[in-house]
Amino acid sequence: MVLIFAETWNGAFKKSTFEAVQYGAACADAQGSTAVAVVFGPCTPPVESLGAYGASKVIHLHGSDRFEPSAFAQALADLAKELQASQIIVSGTANGKSLAGVLAATSGAAAVSNVTALPRSYSPLTVERSAFSSKGIEQCTSTASCTVLVLIPNALGLKPSSDARAAFEDRNISLAPKSHVGEAHVASGKIPLPEAERVVSAGRGMKAPENWNLVEELAAVLNAGTACSKPVSDIGWRPHSEHVGQTGIQINPQLYIAIGISGAIQHLAGVSGSKTIVVINNDPEAPFFKAADYGIVGDAFDVLPRLTAALKAHLS
Amino acid sequence: MKILVCISHVPDTTAKINFTAGGAALDPNGVQFVINPYDEFGLTKALHLKEKHGGQVTVITFGDATVEATLRKALAIGADDAVRLDGVPTDPMQVAGELAAYAKDQGFDLIICGQESIDYNGGIVPGALAALMNLPFVNACIGLEVDGSNAQLLREIDGGKEQISAALPIVIGGKKGLVEESELRIPNMRGIMTARTKPLAVTPLSGSAALTAASGFTKPAAKAAVQLIDSSNLDELVRRLHEEAKVI
Repeated sequence: MVLIFAETWNGAFKKSTFEAVQYGAACADAQGSTAVAVVFGPCTPPVESLGAYGASKVIHLHGSDRFEPSAFAQALADLAKELQASQIIVSGTANGKSLAGVLAATSGAAAVSNVTALPRSYSPLTVERSAFSSKGIEQCTSTASCTVLVLIPNALGLKPSSDARAAFEDRNISLAPKSHVGEAHVASGKIPLPEAERVVSAGRGMKAPENWNLVEELAAVLNAGTACSKPVSDIGWRPHSEHVGQTGIQINPQLYIAIGISGAIQHLAGVSGSKTIVVINNDPEAPFFKAADYGIVGDAFDVLPRLTAALKAHLS
Repeated sequence: MKILVCISHVPDTTAKINFTAGGAALDPNGVQFVINPYDEFGLTKALHLKEKHGGQVTVITFGDATVEATLRKALAIGADDAVRLDGVPTDPMQVAGELAAYAKDQGFDLIICGQESIDYNGGIVPGALAALMNLPFVNACIGLEVDGSNAQLLREIDGGKEQISAALPIVIGGKKGLVEESELRIPNMRGIMTARTKPLAVTPLSGSAALTAASGFTKPAAKAAVQLIDSSNLDELVRRLHEEAKVI
């Protein structure tokens, strides 16, 4: 069977959770087995709603509120053993990435991360993954009886859901975390970058931090996350949490709009998983144009308000 | 404090990535190798902690003799000694198993890894190492202070950060924020000279099994040339994003 870590945030499922469930269900279908999703702690939507993405059963574990990698890994490893899981599916969110290595070692499983597609074969398990900061594609074969697969968020389209309901089972557990998880600070009203479907990002071409309202207005129309280049976060115009690139956050949105960013290779290493890239820059020689799908040579202060208006007209 | 910093020897970010005939492996010809950038933040943090609390900073990597240049660079930056696990790594669980086999009896207070290496982008080794050693694990660590036998940490989470405390010893997967880019150290001549005489131990493998293998590498399809759209015709961009790219 296929086990899926169905992550919640503030008592709700994330989009990446639906992707993981859908992926696990497709793996289970291909092997003629079942997909079982595991939910930890309080969850506002009914857990059986994961049936819409193909889960045949949901196990809802009570007694665990905050994510802690050692504790969650032990609970999932126990279930993987009990149910004889051949794959454990985890989405590569912040929590998923924290969990994956601990889970693989705790359950004696192999681990393959950065997975971009369904397995090519199941015996042995062979799956495609991204490597070398999207500059290479690896076919990876696992020889273990159980393999943890970590998916790149947004890499696989979410199919329209049905209204199928999964069977569900409540269990009480007592977890043994190895660290104490304290206060979390999350910027309210912001779309977390790793799972944003659209991202609007800007660099030093914006000239000053007070000009970011133009970027935020464009992002608001697109329901996009906002990001920035490394120089902009280094000089303190924008918070570190918005820095996308090699040493910042890696993103894989459907649409990435880069404004006033030259396109250093370290920046591209974090964004080249984007499906469609639009570059707006007043320098026609900016290297980013070589990595773009669409380019506009123009001044950000002229282009941004007009682009925001054009998109608003289109989307309304 | 006794600190172990796990280092990966990786192609420089700007390197052109090519694969050997048939896509069997990375072609190292013409590639400049460096300390994995995530590990460099961790190494610098380890040196800061040593300067504050005293102790010893050991760097370790798993590889054949070609990786020794990277270990010597870490020694030149300020690590006290280095260990090379003598073999060619092929799988994250094998790497974690070998690191754990080395570290388990050494009494390290803190084991610092980068949250991922920029070559295979696995991100599996740090957590697996923690679990194999039965130690607490904090990934995407962007802040770390040690207070006696406890550590206060900051972890980056989606859209924010989280405070964590744990009793030492611990394993972290670190990134920028542990120290700032401006705090990274470039080896000076004295560092380079002393690095030549610092201990570099070559240790045989313990026999941890590889559970995965790469069956082939390819390069992604080249991107089509950019379509330039006149800045006076933004409706055309909107149309193409809708009709061609289908992203709005």
